[in-house]
Amino acid sequence: MREKIAVGAAAAAAALLAYNLYQMFMVLPDEALQGAIYRILFFHAPAAMVGMIGYFVALTFSILYLTGKNFLYDSLAASVVEVSLVFSVVNIVTGSIWARIIWGIWWTWDYRLTSALVCILIFFGYLVMRKAIDEPTQRARLSSALCIFGCVDVVIVYKSIEWFRNQHPGPVLDFRTGGGHMDPAMQNIFYLNFVAILLMAIALVLIRTRQEATAREIDSLRRLAHIAG
Amino acid sequence: MDARNFTFMFYGFLAAWVIVLLYVIALARRGARLKKELDEVKKMTGPIEQHADRH
Repeated sequence: MREKIAVGAAAAAAALLAYNLYQMFMVLPDEALQGAIYRILFFHAPAAMVGMIGYFVALTFSILYLTGKNFLYDSLAASVVEVSLVFSVVNIVTGSIWARIIWGIWWTWDYRLTSALVCILIFFGYLVMRKAIDEPTQRARLSSALCIFGCVDVVIVYKSIEWFRNQHPGPVLDFRTGGGHMDPAMQNIFYLNFVAILLMAIALVLIRTRQEATAREIDSLRRLAHIAG
Repeated sequence: MDARNFTFMFYGFLAAWVIVLLYVIALARRGARLKKELDEVKKMTGPIEQHADRH
């Protein structure tokens, strides 16, 4: 069942991405000030949004683990964090390429960029820590704590463009500004690409959780062999 | 400027897809390794489980 949902989500993502790419390159015009490079925004920002949503889903699973001690939630949190991290890296790399043309620099230590980099480092640390701890209970407890800590930074990443004066542009989407900052046709494709990337992330998380279940099965069989031996 | 603008847009799209593709490859390799490991462990624990079932 899980495989069928993963294949369905991946197929829907592929179809939607194909439609979106057609719209981006064949229908939408270049942006007046930025030219063609503004199209990076269609991947840069949705990747960030999918990453942030993922971290909060992982936060929910981490809290569920800490309250119920069910290892399934720990596995789900780890799977979601891993996939979210991939999209956070997509966000920061595409943003850097956009910045090279628009700002003339690859990177600057402003609040948004720095907090986004810290977020990536925290959740990369989360995955490294999981590999370093063999004892499942200790691993799950520390991972959950680190995930909760990391999500504080996710809030800072999200709000930093409102709280501080940044090199990074301020909010442009209607749901944050009330409207008037972005052309509706461009915004529609932006949201459709967000849905496509979200579907892709769901497919990847489902595949990753299947692998976590297999890893748990291997662990329990090894323990059985150890007890019997 | 326009050509450079377009080239960097291409780099941006390429980078996004390369990162996702590398992750998908890593995921597929890990899946294959886990499957192989599971088969080996099952082979190893098969007689133990049969013994436990008999008792």
